Amino acid sequence: MRITADREVCCAAGQCALIAPDLFDQSDEDGSVVLLEAQPDAGRLDTLREVVSRCPTGAIRIEEDPGA
Amino acid sequence: MSYPDGSPGWLITRHAEAKELLTHKSFSARQEGIISPVPTELQYDGRAADPGAFAKTDDPIHSQYRKLVTGFFTVRRTRQLAPMIERIVHEQLDDLEKAGPGADLVEVFTESVPSRVMCEMIGVPESERKTLQRHVETLGRLSCTVPEALAAVSGMSGFLSRFVPARMDDPRDDLLGDLIRGGQLNEQELMGMAATLITGAFDTTGNMLAMGVFTLLEHPDQLARLREDPELMAGAVEELLRFLTISHLGASRWALEDVEFAGQAIKKGEVVTVALPAVNRDPERYNNPDQLDIGRTDHGHLALGHGVHQCLGQHLARTILRVGYEALFDRFPTLRLTVPGDEVPMRDDFVHYGPRSLPVTWDD
Ligand code: SF4
Repeated sequence: MRITADREVCCAAGQCALIAPDLFDQSDEDGSVVLLEAQPDAGRLDTLREVVSRCPTGAIRIEEDPGA
Repeated sequence: MSYPDGSPGWLITRHAEAKELLTHKSFSARQEGIISPVPTELQYDGRAADPGAFAKTDDPIHSQYRKLVTGFFTVRRTRQLAPMIERIVHEQLDDLEKAGPGADLVEVFTESVPSRVMCEMIGVPESERKTLQRHVETLGRLSCTVPEALAAVSGMSGFLSRFVPARMDDPRDDLLGDLIRGGQLNEQELMGMAATLITGAFDTTGNMLAMGVFTLLEHPDQLARLREDPELMAGAVEELLRFLTISHLGASRWALEDVEFAGQAIKKGEVVTVALPAVNRDPERYNNPDQLDIGRTDHGHLALGHGVHQCLGQHLARTILRVGYEALFDRFPTLRLTVPGDEVPMRDDFVHYGPRSLPVTWDD
């Protein structure tokens, strides 16, 4: 599983950093998303789905491993 | 439905459609096209937003401005402000203790805490705070007449036109100082930005703080749960935001072109309003939506909006609410209302819902 976070789209609302502070942070400069861990454990999928649904701009995407 | 000025308008009451609208590229938040869904004398008459008042603009202008301040409002940065917030909360609670037993919680506590926090963040002197608070309140009152609004606006801009240039000559070590040193905003824009931060922070969190206390006092079972397990606090704040949705008039957008949305043909220029309280209690989205359940796990409310305009100060507000509720119930474990809940006077003619006053007492 891979996460991508698009800093251009992000509006720095920080939902990601709030829900999963171990995977996401926000830059001090403009608050945009900083990915801390691009290939997290598969066990985090539920948390990540929640991040995706709460991110107000659709900046975060998950690519699930084919066949996993 | 039809809006008070006679123009056709649309109301969204479902969660899924609300999220779709607030991220839809065909709908604009620009001030010039917004029509109020409720009767008010203050219609925008097609004027564009002031420079720096980014909440009423679209991208790319919106994000250009917003990005200059978002760094101050990240989850981490706002957590770092917790000691300052705690200090202010406890100072106000000291005042409450001195005033009682028996005091108006709105006057001594809920109204003062968020405005003091924002004033510290941008360096507004304490002596100006109450006056600014009154201006913000006037502008949020639906029955506000045009002359009243003009007086409040000129009061605000009068203050800002003294305050901002003085700070430009002598920038301090605060949010405004950083914006000034950043050098990307001119005086007009800095004033608009300061006005946005002041109006955004003063009224909203204060009402939410007061409504949350009121609601917890009226739901003693939930308050007892929270007391037993302080770990529930973060979830309780989310649940109160959802349950109360103090931005009860919703969020509005207007169509930039003819568009089909949720099976309806919406014409260019027509305004769509998201009924946030309804959306946050959508039975398709939440189990027992009308029940306050601080242990709820189906999170994800829209009380703070959605899309690129989602509330910038939301984490600051969360911190203020968390610290505020915690400290209040900690220091005043016997806090109770002195009137029955249905006699608490409500601000029902304001953009943000909340009690006008909250008469409380406690055992000494
Ligand atoms: S939740 Fe989305 S918009 Fe908000 S900071 Fe994270 S990526 Fe950006």
